[in-house]
Amino acid sequence: MRLSGSGVRCVRGGREVFSGLDFAASAGEALAVTGRNGSGKTSLLRLIAGLLTPEGGSIGLEGGEGELTLPEQAHLLGHRDALKPALSVTENLAFWREFLGGEAFDLRECLAAVGLDHAAGLPAAFLSAGQRRRLSIARLLAARRPVWLLDEPTNALDTSGQAMFAALMGDHLARGGLIIAATHAPLGIAARELRIGGAA
Amino acid sequence: MTALAALIRRDIKISLRVGGGALIGVLFFLTVVVLMPFAVGPDLALLTRLGPAILWLGALLASLLTLDRLFTADHEDGSLDLIVMSRTPLELTCAAKALAHWLAAGVPLILATPVLGLLLNLNATATAAVALTLLAGTPALTFTGMIGAALAVTLHRGGLLLAVLVLPLSIPVLIFGVAASQAAITGPLSFGTPFSILCALSLVSLVIGPFAAAASLRHGLD
Repeated sequence: MRLSGSGVRCVRGGREVFSGLDFAASAGEALAVTGRNGSGKTSLLRLIAGLLTPEGGSIGLEGGEGELTLPEQAHLLGHRDALKPALSVTENLAFWREFLGGEAFDLRECLAAVGLDHAAGLPAAFLSAGQRRRLSIARLLAARRPVWLLDEPTNALDTSGQAMFAALMGDHLARGGLIIAATHAPLGIAARELRIGGAA
Repeated sequence: MTALAALIRRDIKISLRVGGGALIGVLFFLTVVVLMPFAVGPDLALLTRLGPAILWLGALLASLLTLDRLFTADHEDGSLDLIVMSRTPLELTCAAKALAHWLAAGVPLILATPVLGLLLNLNATATAAVALTLLAGTPALTFTGMIGAALAVTLHRGGLLLAVLVLPLSIPVLIFGVAASQAAITGPLSFGTPFSILCALSLVSLVIGPFAAAASLRHGLD
């Protein structure tokens, strides 16, 4: 499996964010997208996720699951948590597992993996920022997809949370997954760097 | 199919919990209808004549009130991005969301109609006629309203724009809904004619609504 883009050009609000961007990542590989604020890291992830359309160039996945498109094989962990405050931790996770489809995993194990098993029945409204992030990460585990698009994934996580997430990312890569992460902080796993724009 | 069922279950669950739209819609409907006799005065004959129109206007405004949150809530917390990326066609997802909204916010309005009919001096036949037309017509309100909700999704304070966009589209539904109710109460027209047109409007919007909403969501997501 190989995710690649060539000559990708992104225009946002009439302004060119980046152009001529080439990148590639194969199964088991992580790509850390870096660059100063506003250089287009999030835009690149949203382009790959199919939520934005590139003005030029192309992005493609080779050797994925036959019929599915790239966004259908990708998880997006964005700034926003996609959690409903009125639903409990388990209900939130169960919804995304069923809605995203594919192979289903045991919710309790997923929650235990991110250290939230003690809060399973709590409404998501009462979670702290770090706990919300942990619950979002549990979504990546509950419905398995090979491509992980992570936007500042370690934001709001404490030190043990960052170590936990680094281990989960390591497992994902070892299973032949693929990670593209926009980040300022070190990810804690071996990752190639893709720099957008000039020096930070 | 499990994905759509999960979505419908989630949306209904959210709207039935504290702060959800289901109760607010019914309370708003109740308020609008209760205010009318105070505005019109205690003329029972007049209230009976205006009754179906008042109930229909109340239901229209109440469904508009809750439609505002149909996509904005999901957009604000990032769920919409994941919904667009899912393996379910966006058109079906939109239809499922509208169905969930109708079940949680539209059906309670229909159930409340018999009670509110009493306040407007409507007899049993008239109330049944209005409830039946609402049952046939409110899906049209939800599914056309969904187009406006999808267009206004990225705007702050999009609710006002939603009203401006959606109310003109709901004029035909209002006309034939009230016409069918009046026909059942006073005649001379037969109930079937306007009622069939009302059903046709609902069926058309069931088809067009999801496609238009999905198209505008895809276009508007930036």
